[in-house]
Amino acid sequence: MTAEAIITTPKLIVRDLNFFYGDYRALKDINLTIPEKMVTAFIGPSGCGKSTLLRTFNRMYQLYPKQSATGEVLLDGQNLLDKKQDLNTLRAKIGMVFQKPTPFPMSIYDNIAFGVKLYEKLNRNEMDERVEWALKKAALWGEVKDKLKQSGTGLSGGQQQRLCIARAIAVKPQVLLLDEPTSALDPISTAHIEKLIDELKKDFTIVIVTHNMQQAARISDFTAYMYLGDLIEFGDTSSVFTNPKRAETEDYITGRFG
Amino acid sequence: MVPNMFDLYLRRRVINSVGLGVSVLAMLFGLFWLGWILWTLLVNGLPGLGMHVFTQTTPPPGSSGGLVNAIFGSLMMVVIATFIGTPIGILAGTYLAEFGQRGWLAPVTRFINDVLLSAPSIVIGLFVYEIYVMKVGHFSGWGGTIALSILVIPVVIRTTENMLRLIPNSLREAAAALGTPQWKIINFVTLRAARAGILTGVLLAVARISGETAPLLFTALNNQFWSTDMNQPMANLPVVIFQFAMSPYEDWQSLAWAGALLITLSVLILNIVARVMFRQTPNSH
Repeated sequence: MTAEAIITTPKLIVRDLNFFYGDYRALKDINLTIPEKMVTAFIGPSGCGKSTLLRTFNRMYQLYPKQSATGEVLLDGQNLLDKKQDLNTLRAKIGMVFQKPTPFPMSIYDNIAFGVKLYEKLNRNEMDERVEWALKKAALWGEVKDKLKQSGTGLSGGQQQRLCIARAIAVKPQVLLLDEPTSALDPISTAHIEKLIDELKKDFTIVIVTHNMQQAARISDFTAYMYLGDLIEFGDTSSVFTNPKRAETEDYITGRFG
Repeated sequence: MVPNMFDLYLRRRVINSVGLGVSVLAMLFGLFWLGWILWTLLVNGLPGLGMHVFTQTTPPPGSSGGLVNAIFGSLMMVVIATFIGTPIGILAGTYLAEFGQRGWLAPVTRFINDVLLSAPSIVIGLFVYEIYVMKVGHFSGWGGTIALSILVIPVVIRTTENMLRLIPNSLREAAAALGTPQWKIINFVTLRAARAGILTGVLLAVARISGETAPLLFTALNNQFWSTDMNQPMANLPVVIFQFAMSPYEDWQSLAWAGALLITLSVLILNIVARVMFRQTPNSH
């Protein structure tokens, strides 16, 4: 059974997506459906385009003049790559967490409130509640509730990363993009985040790029294997890992290549 | 392999000690001159430093007096020049760092700024003399202020740009990923993350203009009397030091030393205050 057949509620649909760094074509005719409120993992060797694909979903590439994309990425049927699509409303719906923790140079409280203030006018109580909600969702509340006024940059790496997750979900996005969120963290922090991802998929559609195949196997419902800008295989995670259809996928996940 | 390993470690240890030794010597060499300068300033300046320095104006030759008019003039011109130059410098530096990826304007600006940064200050003095002092017809405090602010701008531009470039792009991306408009990213994230470095740049600029003599000779000149009128020639410490130190009168020479000590101490204190301020926010990168 194909992945498309299993996915009953698609959240993001990618159609004929091509991506260019200048003249270099980094993504080649990608077609993909990402299911709602599930975890989809992108795996593949370095340079295969998995991060590039993730970064088209919130048009992060627009920060850089030489990067461009063609094709369609539909969020609930609406093309995100359309020039008319407002970038800020798009990014309110699609949050992102990066490889290295990126706390802003402000207090823990303000780190969370920063994004919320961009879209909502909350009074003091409502904002307090939202900050607490987001920190609880990110499993960080217990550790920071007594030092909300302290700088977010003073936390440990794992805490900083959960702060970034809290900051992303405080805006109440529909989709959460995670770009190798645990690759800079120790195993305990990694376990924290993985558990958190499992919790978060009840409310959010999650797309995660990871170098760690065990991680993809542990936490994702669907897996896409990419190589040199091509989407080689996409399917539910257990099939991709136990019964891959393509020889290239098998070579990669069994460690013969990559 | 074992004896070889031992040789290798010995070699590394020797190279390490030599490197460390040379570095320490270089540091001591530098500190030695600095210490000597400070010592000479203290020995010669302290005796002349008394309340009269802060209460009396610069004296005519051969009589006693103070430096209050020069201290006031220097303060006025340095403070106003800093307030004029800093915003321009920070804005231009921000432009270069945050918007200067494309087009020709940024590289050209950067090049001209580098030229301005290394331009001899006497050239700036002559320039302001030509465009302002000559037009107005007389030396003035404003002339001095203009010259000093022209010196502030390139220093602040350079440090602002450098400090902003040190902020990792991932921080900008993180802010953009929340849907933050660019002006907010710059105001609340990048400039904030770089604020300690930028403030250091401003202090560097203040330290530099506090001791500048050449540009003031052509612009503010000097004023023997108490004057707060920026449209009149204005007394200032560097020119007074220049004049008094060259004179044969002992009273004047002693005041020159006192003035030199004052400039040095105030720059030193400013730096210390800034360091202490930064220490309270150790997480601002």
